[in-house]
Amino acid sequence: MTSTLIRVALLVSAALFAIGVTGVLLRRNAIVVFLCVELMLNAVNLSLVAFSRLLGIDGQIIVFFVMAVAAAEAAVGLAIIIAVFRHYEDVDVDRFDLLKW
Amino acid sequence: MTEFLFFLLSAAALLSAVFVVVSRKPVASVMFLIVTLFSLAGLFVLLEAHFLAAVQVIVYAGAIMVLFLFVVMLLNLGHVELPDFRSAMARLLAGAFGIALAAFTAWTLLNGSDPLTAYGASAADPIQSVLKARGAIGALAVPLFRTYLVPFEVTSLLLLVAIIGSVVLARKEAP
Repeated sequence: MTSTLIRVALLVSAALFAIGVTGVLLRRNAIVVFLCVELMLNAVNLSLVAFSRLLGIDGQIIVFFVMAVAAAEAAVGLAIIIAVFRHYEDVDVDRFDLLKW
Repeated sequence: MTEFLFFLLSAAALLSAVFVVVSRKPVASVMFLIVTLFSLAGLFVLLEAHFLAAVQVIVYAGAIMVLFLFVVMLLNLGHVELPDFRSAMARLLAGAFGIALAAFTAWTLLNGSDPLTAYGASAADPIQSVLKARGAIGALAVPLFRTYLVPFEVTSLLLLVAIIGSVVLARKEAP
């Protein structure tokens, strides 16, 4: 039974990651792109938890660190989005070219 | 019962994840992502990661998503020049890429060997025994503060850098 649950969890994790990738490719709004990145991070967390069910507690500790990194990334990323919005009055990722030249 | 709940929560997570991508308003996207995070917390409980389920609800759905909502409401979005969704060609390519990625990973998982035997997992349940010995929090805390003490301290440094960086970046005058 545990084997079935882990298989389903890994499949769900793969599907969530693919949905996140699709969102990043599909949307122009930087905030929604960030939400899709969070979706991908959570997909990875799910597969780590599923594998820790088999192989011991270490996977769950890595999930802990992934959450801390996600929090830091969200804070800095949203600050960048606010700074860019002050500059352009828009959060379109196609216009984020102020570091290009 | 466990399996039924697992399938239900998986379906809820996937469905709301799709709505995160396709809903037009950013606020609706954030709300659907919160539903996904709650469903994932339920899946964590069913996979015996009780402490992580609590952290998922408190830190992710509680703190990070509130940050996102604040930013969505702070920025007055609504007068965008370009449409939020890309052109039909890009949509087709993005959808095809996503479906191909999902199909490839699912194919690999379904055709691979059984995860119970493939990674050298012991027959005895590794999580149940440690949960019984130390409890849900102690099971995570003991290795976190012994084996993983240095990464834990580095994480605190990372959070400090993130705090300072976001304050500097979001200042009124240009940095």
